[in-house]
Amino acid sequence: MKAERCVELTVLDLVPFGQTGSQPLFYALRLSSPDWQQWAPGQFVMVRPFSFGLEIPWARPLGICHLDERHLICFFQVLGRGTRRLAQAKSGDKVLVWGPLGNGFAMEENTPTLLLAGGMGIAPFVGYVHRHPQPWNLTMLFGHRPPLDCYPVDSINERITMDTLRETIPGDLDNLIFSLEERIKDNAEQNGLVLACGPMPFLRTVHGFVVKYKARAQLSLENRMACGVGACLGCVTKVRSNSSKEEGYQQVCTRGPVFWASDLVLE
Amino acid sequence: MDLHVTLHGQRHSLELKNPVLTASGTFGYGAEFSAYGNLSSLGGFIVKGLSLEPRQGNRTPRIVETTAGMLNAVGLQNDGAEYFLSKTLPRLPWQHTAVIANIYAASVEEFASLAARLDTDVRISALEVNISCPNVKCGGVLFGQDPDLAAEVTRAVCEHAPHKHVMVKLSPNVTDIKAIARAVEAAGADSISCINTLQGMSIDYRTRRPRLANIIGGLSGPAIKPVALRCVWQVASSVKIPVIGVGGICCCEDILEFIIAGASAVEIGTANFMDPRASFSMVQDLPRLCEECGITSLQELRGSLKLDEV
Repeated sequence: MKAERCVELTVLDLVPFGQTGSQPLFYALRLSSPDWQQWAPGQFVMVRPFSFGLEIPWARPLGICHLDERHLICFFQVLGRGTRRLAQAKSGDKVLVWGPLGNGFAMEENTPTLLLAGGMGIAPFVGYVHRHPQPWNLTMLFGHRPPLDCYPVDSINERITMDTLRETIPGDLDNLIFSLEERIKDNAEQNGLVLACGPMPFLRTVHGFVVKYKARAQLSLENRMACGVGACLGCVTKVRSNSSKEEGYQQVCTRGPVFWASDLVLE
Repeated sequence: MDLHVTLHGQRHSLELKNPVLTASGTFGYGAEFSAYGNLSSLGGFIVKGLSLEPRQGNRTPRIVETTAGMLNAVGLQNDGAEYFLSKTLPRLPWQHTAVIANIYAASVEEFASLAARLDTDVRISALEVNISCPNVKCGGVLFGQDPDLAAEVTRAVCEHAPHKHVMVKLSPNVTDIKAIARAVEAAGADSISCINTLQGMSIDYRTRRPRLANIIGGLSGPAIKPVALRCVWQVASSVKIPVIGVGGICCCEDILEFIIAGASAVEIGTANFMDPRASFSMVQDLPRLCEECGITSLQELRGSLKLDEV
């Protein structure tokens, strides 16, 4: 039987990460398995707890960290009313989930691949590092503001070399930018592959260096989404078509969320 | 139970296998939802607004979530009529369900050209004329706010699409929706869909900036259902042509309310975003709910709102 793409799943547990005040802001959400046979790191799901009712209409797009026959794990940060409500989920609660959505990152076994993550942008790389057949070809630079233990870094650390840079004072940002430039330059000289995910200012910086050093790079974008299936045209980003050089808007949810940097026009 | 509906137009009637249509702009071109249900099971789907030429749409951010609703200012991004006819339409199950083209233009002349272009294509069951989009600079809701202009557009479309059922989509952003409804009926419209989105706004108090690049946008979702019900009731009470109810419908109970208010069919919009199976589920669940309520025909239910004698 064809697997259902939209399923009602059960919350198995919700594990807080780090202590950034009285209320934790970072969580791993573990759901019962949707029985999807295939998924690619970089893909995401739309998650809508039944508790949203009619009050919070949109599901929330969450990157897939892990998916197998036992469970689906997503990682999220509390940012607004939707994620705040999601953080109140209890074991046994029902959520509506549809996916896997989007395209996922390129995976080239033998290519030196540089993973660049900013903050929550680390989430898709958890799955990526685990699925990569030759993890010794992966290196990672992770920039973050809250403490490191707020993020799911352990499972990445087990498999690859990860450098982390925490921004606590303004000068740290210069260090991060400096490191990004060095790493991207090195990777371009090795004809490698750069994969980046993080907040827009982070991606803009990465994009600038990628263009400067002509690195092959993919950026994963985040955007507000209503549907996740390409219909609402709300999550669009400006893309330059390779053949015609014409600019137009494309859906981040179905044409992305991963785009080749050379196609992106970041505004 | 037989859910079949005939929209008896003054020029052309439109046969629907059930009263559940999907609203323009919330269901893409149908294919986006084919992984979540059987498109052919729907009464029909109304495709994303088409214009004669491709349109890029508005700057981003274009959408924002609000309480029990959302605002959008997409600005009718679409690939244009030619692309739709040659590339998109062949992939749609037009043999099995009604494919309705929602059309937008910036002038009466352009409406006429677009209507003429689509008229001869047998794969399109009907045209829904968008005179109510709040998110475009030219035309849009302006056409829908003046009875004379609304009638002029309707007349032009009817004249240039002589083979098509013409449905006109009204805006709630007017003083008297009944006057607009009567004007488009007199101009030849076969049916009226209402309502399009309500103009709204969202502000981020921290940045003191509007949350939409377009500043204002169109409000949709469960929050607008009472307004939509009121409009459907008012319009259905003032015209003879069929009314299609749109606005915040999330379940079969909502559908029955709209039919009681006078709607012959309904369009499901924002609910498609809340659950991609929503429209398909409603088609499936409607007969059961009718049975539970002792409703044997939708025709008998239509306009059956009970009012006390004053």
